[in-house]
Amino acid sequence: MLSFEPYGNPTYFALLGVALLPLMIGLLYGKRSRLYETLISIFFLILTFGGPKWTQGIALIIYILYEVALTWGYAVYRKQKNSGPVFYLMVILAILPLTIVKVTPAVENGQASLIGFLGISYLTFRAVQTMMETRDGTLKDYNIMTFLQFMLFFPTISSGPIDRYRRFEQDYRTVPSREKYLGMIQKGVRYIFVGFLYKFLLAYYFGTILMPKLQIMAMHSRGGFMDLSWPVLGYMYAYSADLFFDFAGYSLFAVGTSYLMGIETPMNFKQPWRSPNIKDFWNRWHITLSFWFRDFIYMRLVFWFMKHRMFKSPRTTANVTYIINMLVMGFWHGVTWYYITYGLFHGVALVVNDAWLRYKKKHRESVPHNRFTQLFAIFLTANLVCFSFLIFSGFLNTLWFTK
Amino acid sequence: MDVKETVLSILNDLTGSDVSGAMDDNLFDSGLLDSMGSVQLLLQLQSQLGVNVPVSEFERSEWDTPNKIIAKVESLA
Repeated sequence: MLSFEPYGNPTYFALLGVALLPLMIGLLYGKRSRLYETLISIFFLILTFGGPKWTQGIALIIYILYEVALTWGYAVYRKQKNSGPVFYLMVILAILPLTIVKVTPAVENGQASLIGFLGISYLTFRAVQTMMETRDGTLKDYNIMTFLQFMLFFPTISSGPIDRYRRFEQDYRTVPSREKYLGMIQKGVRYIFVGFLYKFLLAYYFGTILMPKLQIMAMHSRGGFMDLSWPVLGYMYAYSADLFFDFAGYSLFAVGTSYLMGIETPMNFKQPWRSPNIKDFWNRWHITLSFWFRDFIYMRLVFWFMKHRMFKSPRTTANVTYIINMLVMGFWHGVTWYYITYGLFHGVALVVNDAWLRYKKKHRESVPHNRFTQLFAIFLTANLVCFSFLIFSGFLNTLWFTK
Repeated sequence: MDVKETVLSILNDLTGSDVSGAMDDNLFDSGLLDSMGSVQLLLQLQSQLGVNVPVSEFERSEWDTPNKIIAKVESLA
């Protein structure tokens, strides 16, 4: 049986084009066929999770039923009562499968958990977000069918972008005007073609051609201070370029496909290499993930800490929460020393960044600000980020701890 | 004090600068507000005006200028 990585090869795109055509004609004439959308969703889900990967498919089905039961159950409960402990319990239950999947390799010698499947993280983010907005009372009309469509929306199921329930629902329940939809098609097609350039040319060059060569060179040049050498530096840049073009390329496919289906899935990248500081970097890199962390972890923790007066100054509150927030992000990537160090690195970087911004604001007259300092800030930020990606890559683990 | 004055005084406290001269300037773009500042704003609105805004109601694009914040608070008060 056929089986594909989403957006993995030309056949996938050919099938996508054929499947989307009737849907696009429908949208142009102001019609959305739920039945047809559901059918092609199921078709592409089977392509991704069927055939040799059928165990993942089963895991996905069980997981979805479990999350539907939790979110639906909580929505029903929330209409009557609003107890804190019940809410926390439900959130813990909702992230339990993901936690098991993330912890299993660390305790079972790298073996993957049986309940895992491609995209479980991204589905967990969506489910937890739905639950939190239900708690807040901002999401009042939870609907099982909409929730299922939201969770199983095939263009974004494997790696995001992470949409929000209410935003998705708004697009899903309406049909864009013909004028607007024509604009969306234009954008969608452009995104997909830029995606081709990113993923199949640039990411291929950096990731498949350059990286392995640099890796071999770096392994041969071990022995110096911390086994560092010029090839390690080269690897850091090649890996960063690969990570960016691969993920930004995938995200462009996902957003482009969504647009063709009349859904304005949010963008994931906004020229991240132009960021003048780390704080701004997180407004431009993997945006839907960092905003998810901002809205559902950072702001909520800060709110809770301030309300309960946990720390004396707002500054301490902000700093402690930065570290927690980024550590959680690190753990989410996986329970290895390099992911956790990566999280800690970014937490500390945000603390330092904030302190610098405060200093700059206070000493506005004495801190120079011109084109040169601006360029220097961008250069410094990009290099700090690339260094953090070197940690993230796990290559230092290979460099230091393998024979 | 009316809503407008109260909101402006909260914003002045939070940002450390007088925003009443730039009512349509984006507070996030200029770096005057960030996530931390937003939460402080929500807490102050709660204690000074009794307006309850849950964090998930805080859609940044709807709260990014002094004028928008005032309009939002007035609609919720």
